[in-house]
Amino acid sequence: MAPFDPVSAAIGGALIGLAATLLMVLTGRIAGISGILGDLVDRAGLDRAWRLAFLAGIIAAPLVFAAAGHGLSAPAMPGWSIVIVAGLLVGFGTRLGSGCTSGHGICGIARLSPRSIAATLVFVAVAMLVVAVTRHLI
Amino acid sequence: MRILSAFLCGLIFGLGLVISGMTDTTRVLGFLDVLAIPKGAWDPTLVIVMAAALAVSMPGFMLAKRRSPLLANAAAWPTRKDIDRPLLAGATLFGAGWGLVGLCPGPAIANLATLSPAVVLFVAAMIAGMMAHDVWRRSAARRDIAVAADG
Repeated sequence: MAPFDPVSAAIGGALIGLAATLLMVLTGRIAGISGILGDLVDRAGLDRAWRLAFLAGIIAAPLVFAAAGHGLSAPAMPGWSIVIVAGLLVGFGTRLGSGCTSGHGICGIARLSPRSIAATLVFVAVAMLVVAVTRHLI
Repeated sequence: MRILSAFLCGLIFGLGLVISGMTDTTRVLGFLDVLAIPKGAWDPTLVIVMAAALAVSMPGFMLAKRRSPLLANAAAWPTRKDIDRPLLAGATLFGAGWGLVGLCPGPAIANLATLSPAVVLFVAAMIAGMMAHDVWRRSAARRDIAVAADG
């Protein structure tokens, strides 16, 4: 594992906060990735163009970073069956719970929304529990 | 102008994810692994990322609330305050999926750039999960209307 790098973490985090602020100041939208993607693929999805542009920007980011001389490496992933189950859970769960790490964790907590604070506490706690079970019990 | 702004915001957001290491599943799982704390092998990166993001977005949102958006007629601020069952059930399911792989929606999308087949599969399953939810919600809503009509 790469060593803990607090400076990169702080710079990257600040950029995420800046992007969320800019999206609100400019377009009046919450930078919640699951909401942006979910409404893009929804049959009744409105305003598809800006959603697609925002997601395209996210995909372009690692390419820009790689072009600047840094590497582009695929993340470590488990077996396919776990990938499918996890993907379904993340997709269904973020729609049912109206948000993910960005919409609840960053934008919602920044607004001091009780819903987002509750959701973030729950998904972080459950994820920690799942990791504890899969890494240390099984 | 609106489309270009959205693209640039996505680009800055994605660069933040990449620079902070949040696209690295090992790092995210390293944070979620709290049993590693006593062994000194815990990765606190996500705490710093979250704190730095909030340090910018909190004052940023306060400023944004005072005026209407520059490129839209009105801001789409969420209005709900109630903590209901779907919110908590959804957060539980999402947390379970997040803990299994270490990918949440933002980093999953960013990692599509690597063309990793496993990431493409994850995103496809995630979209399928989202669409399944929407289909289920619509059929549940139709059932409710039918029951109301019968009653």
